[in-house]
Order: sequence, then C-alpha cells, then structure tokens
Amino acid sequence: MTSATPPVADVDRVANALREPQAWRSASPLEWSRLFGQARSAGLLARVAWVIANAGNRTTSPADPDLTPEALASAGPWPDATRGHVASAWRLALAQRIEVRRELRHIAHALAPLAGVGAPVVLLKGAAYVAANLAPARCGRLFGDIDVLVPRDALDRAELNLQLHGWESQETSDYNQRYYRQWMHELPPMAHRQRGTALDLHHALLPPTSRLKSPPAPLFAQARPLAAAPGLMALHVLAPEDMLLHSMAHLFAGDDMRHALRDLSDMDLLLRDEQSRDRDFVGRLVERGLELGLGRPLAYGLLGASRVLATPIPQQALERVRRLAPRSLLGNGMNWLWQHALRTRHPSVDRPGTALALQLLYLRGHWLRMPLPMLVRHLSIKALKLHETGPATEP
Amino acid sequence: MLPTLSSLDPQMLRARLAAPVDDPERGLVIRTGPFVTRIRSRLPEVAEALSVLYGDYPLATPDGFVDFNVGVRRPWWRRGQRAQVRFDFEGQEPFNPLPGAQAVPLLEWGLNWCVSALCHDTLNLHAAVLERNGQALILPAPSGSGKSTLCAALAFSGWRLLSDELTLIDPRDGQVRPLPRPISLKNASIAAIRSFAPQAVVGSNVADTIKGTVAHLRPPASAVQRAAERACPAWIVLPRYVANGGLRWQAMEKTDGLMHLVENAFNYDVFGASGFDLLARVVSGCRCLRFEYGGDLHAAVQAFDDLLADRVEAQAGMQS
Repeated sequence: MTSATPPVADVDRVANALREPQAWRSASPLEWSRLFGQARSAGLLARVAWVIANAGNRTTSPADPDLTPEALASAGPWPDATRGHVASAWRLALAQRIEVRRELRHIAHALAPLAGVGAPVVLLKGAAYVAANLAPARCGRLFGDIDVLVPRDALDRAELNLQLHGWESQETSDYNQRYYRQWMHELPPMAHRQRGTALDLHHALLPPTSRLKSPPAPLFAQARPLAAAPGLMALHVLAPEDMLLHSMAHLFAGDDMRHALRDLSDMDLLLRDEQSRDRDFVGRLVERGLELGLGRPLAYGLLGASRVLATPIPQQALERVRRLAPRSLLGNGMNWLWQHALRTRHPSVDRPGTALALQLLYLRGHWLRMPLPMLVRHLSIKALKLHETGPATEP
Repeated sequence: MLPTLSSLDPQMLRARLAAPVDDPERGLVIRTGPFVTRIRSRLPEVAEALSVLYGDYPLATPDGFVDFNVGVRRPWWRRGQRAQVRFDFEGQEPFNPLPGAQAVPLLEWGLNWCVSALCHDTLNLHAAVLERNGQALILPAPSGSGKSTLCAALAFSGWRLLSDELTLIDPRDGQVRPLPRPISLKNASIAAIRSFAPQAVVGSNVADTIKGTVAHLRPPASAVQRAAERACPAWIVLPRYVANGGLRWQAMEKTDGLMHLVENAFNYDVFGASGFDLLARVVSGCRCLRFEYGGDLHAAVQAFDDLLADRVEAQAGMQS
C-alpha cells in the first residue's frame, strides 16, 4: 500500500485517534473506514468524533457542550462520506444524555424519602457524569444502565421506594436473586415497567467477599450534593478522586472487558479536566487511593491511561504508582493482560492471545470477587445452568 | 460512470466475496443509495442472489470510505438440519442465527438493520417510498398490509422506487433520500408480481422464514441509476390489502398521518422534539389518505395515477 500519509502504526485506530487526534487531519479514506468501524464497536464513535473535531483543544471545556449534530459534522476534518456518521453518532449521544437526565429526575423523585433519614443517594459512573455535567458526558458518551449507590442500611428502603415507582427486579431465578443479595455489592438489575430503563442499585463499590477491601463509608463522607442541577437536588455524586477510583476498581477488578477502552477514555477525560483546574489533583488521587485500599487498580488505571491514551500524568505520580503495581512475574503477566484488554474489541484489532487474555481476566474477576470454594460452586452452577428457571441476565 | 456489479463475471464475483474477514481491503464493495457496503460471503447462494438482484449497482473503489462491513457465513460445524447462517457486522453478530437456507433474506435484513439501527443523520421510517415528478409517495404500514406488493407494482408502472422498507428523511430539508434496494416479496405476492410484471426479475424463493416464503425482486435499473435524486414528500398513503375487496380511497386526518409516521419511525426517540417538528413539517406538506385494494394490481396502479392527476387538478382549481 503506497500512500502519501504515513500509515497508522497502531492497529487500534480508536486508541490512536484518542491519543493523537491531530494525525487524523490527513488520513486516507481507508483509514477513516477502519476508524469508524472500530469506534462503533468500542461504543466510542461520538467520543472519537468529538476528540478529533476538538484536536489540540482538549484540556479546556468545549465552548458549546450542546453542539448540534450538524455543527459537529461540519467542524472537523471529516471527508464528506463520513459526515453522516459523525452527525448520527453525536445525535445519539445527545439523545441519550437527555434521556439519562429525564430518568435521573424520576429516580430523584422516587428516592426523595431517603433524604428524610439522612441517607445520601449517590450516582455512579455515566449517570454521575451526566448529572454533574462532567467531561465524559460532554464529550460524547453512550449509556447502558444507571448505577446508584446508597448506604447498606438504607438499601431496603431504596428498593421499596423504587418498586413503588415502577422499577422491578429483572432476575427471575432464585439462585441469582440469592447470589446478588447475599454476596454482591448490588441488587439484581432492575428495570422500569413502562420506560424499560435499567437501574443497578449498589451498597458498596466492591462485593463484601472481594479480596480487594474498600469499605464505602469514606465515599459517602466525601460525596457531594448536586445542588445546582434542577430536579436532581436530592442526589449526590462522588468526589472527583473517588469517582476515578471507583471507575478504576470497577474496570481493573472486573471480569467484563467489553467496554474497557470506553471506561479508560472516561478516566482520561476526568484526569485531564481535573488537572486543568488543579495541578496537584493526581497527587491527591494517589493519597486517596492508598487511603481506600485501592492502590493496585489505581496503578493499573494511571499506567494504562498514560500508555494507551497519553493522559498527562506527572512523572512523580507515575513513579509512585509503579511501585504499587505487582512486581516481577505477576507484574509482567498483568501487563500482558492489560495490553490485550485495554483495546478496541474488533477483529482487526485482536491479536493472537487476546481471546485467552480476556478469558483469564474473566476468571481473575471472579477470583477477586469471592473465596475459592464459593467461586467453584458459583461457576459450576452457571456452567451447568442449574439456576435457569426462566429468562435471566448473567450476573 | 462507475462499473456495475454486472461487469463482474460469476467467478470474479465469487472471488471478491470470498475475501477473508480479517482482510479489510477486500470483499465486494457496492454502493446502495448513500451508502457503501463491503460484503463478504463464501456462500454460493449469496453470490447468485447478488448477481441476480444487484447487477445494476455501482461497484465502489475498495480503498474509499466504506460505511458498513458485513458478512454472511454458514459455520461448517453445524450440518444438515442443524445448519445455520450468521450475519457478521464488524466482527459482531447483532442477530440470532437463522436456519441454514436463509442466507439471502438474512443479508437483506442485515443491510436494513445497518441503516435503521445505526444511521441517525436521517429520520428513518419503516415505509415504502416512490417518486413521480419529484414528489414522494410514502406508504407507511406494518407487515402484511400489502405495502411491498403495491410498492413493487408501482415501481414497474412509472413510479420510481426510492425504497421498499426505509424512508430516510433528511432533517435539514425534509426531503426523502433514496435507498433503492431489492423489494422483499412474501408468499402470494411473489406470484402476483410475476404475473403483473413478467419483465421483473425475481430471485429464488426461500421458504419457512419468519415471514413465510420470501423472494426478492430486482429493482428497475433506472431506480438504481437515479439513486442520488431526492424527492419531496407529497402523499402519505396507508395501504391495506383486503382479500377479494375493491378499491377504496378514504381521507385521513393529518394528525392521524403524523401518528402513523411516528409509529413507524425507527429513531424517533433519537431525534426527540426535533423529530416531532420534522415529521409535522413533512405531514403538513402532504395529502394523507387510506387506501384499500383487493387482488387487482392493475386497478390499484390506475388509482395511484388518478391520485397524481387529482392533485394536479386540485392545484389548478385553486389557482383559478
């Protein structure tokens, strides 16, 4: 292939575009095809479109977060053939943001009684980004379910109030119901009867049986009320450090790497945004991570973001978290796993070993989540499908 | 003008289609309306159907921008009764597999899905649409209403086929963006169209799909060649096939017309309030009618010629 423009060295075009958006000003049509195909698979087409259109201007907030689809499609270095997809991706991201906001008003209304007993209702991840209008939500993000965190002793009351307002549990098998309620940090997924919107109600960041111990109390202590958001006043979001630490704990102790690159990109935007306001942010993040017992996920997160997305992180902090990551053989093994996981899931990106790495991470996620005898029992029941009494979702 | 698919002999067509999935620069690359699609499949019936149904479509350059990468395959490890066909989109399978003999309907449904599920730069209606004198006739209707049969009959009677399934409305100007593709005929309508338009080319029958027996109709060459010419919505007609019934036109309130467009929109929720405004604007410029017809397709086509003439007279009457 002879081309005037240098070929993109990284087969993961999405990571490449998020890292070096300027380079795409002169990309060939074939490269654009690959980028758009991969970005769609990664759930990052709107994000990639925003980043490329705003190349060189990423640490500052966008001038107009409610940019219209047509405006974004005419703002970047897009070849004509791609403009429709840019407008399409941005329109979908805008629509989902509006939908999440509307859903959050319903949730705030349903859970308002919890404020009466002094129990904070905290939004996590995507919902928090939208409610607090943070960088990941402003810069094109797609949404799945809404994650809500309440203190353990308010869990029953929260579930009851959600049920009264139309949310119902989606889990029909007794085994899965018990599995979630006894062992997990969240209730079985709920969905609203009429609107169909999905909601996960959490009482901790990690399962109580997890090898990674991080009690939720300090998170509630630092949570911030959404005072400025109309209709959402009863809701809270985590402090920025805790938001990142939760996101990292979720990804790097998790078993599902389908959206790994999207989650890493959210972390990248949060880190860039917070550092543009406070240059010591990463220092405080590291302190807080150690305080909460989340040193390893923090190390994987900062090292991963720096390597894959060139997130600016002070050298000193990188040195410090490098010491928190495992050493020698285990360290090398984990590096290998993350190198496969923190990429777009697409056949043109997968390499030999990717499928194996994802399998190992699946097992690792379960291993971290519960003691071995329990893990063996749980995976056997799932493998033999003994729990299937009806349509059920995978826990 | 770009070479068309019919310029490939069967061997070349098969060779292009057989490109490996992990080779993004090969495969058969064709343009359908505003979209360029790269298709890969080693299945002989897919090659056969493409040559029968897509002969007039332009081939696109393989190093240009490709909107969709799709594939259809039949995994070798499932044989005989258990054979399956699978639709691949960018390495993912958005649908459940279908029985082994349904590769061609699966490809067609997959190509529809690429647009209806992924393309939100236009507001997409589940509706057939045809054009005459720059004016678009939109036929929104659920399956079983005789929409495709009527659409096929009109497409061979002076109306230009814009689409049998997907009416794409551009939010900037309210115009219909053509996406002419083979018309999907079901059950009795296959024979009805064969006898109505003997010159029409119909692909192989595929039995026992969820829609019964399905066959696809090659769109008229002129519809494919004029795919870049847009049309302005002028009529919204809700067709209904009534076995052994006669012809009947019935006035429809514009508000009803609007509700039928909303109900048949794939991505109304994505457009939100602007979607309502857009469809309201479309409906306000359209005449809204219900249309019942029985077995006589010639009479039905005549009725639409009357509709066209009626409108011309009405406009002349208003001016005088």
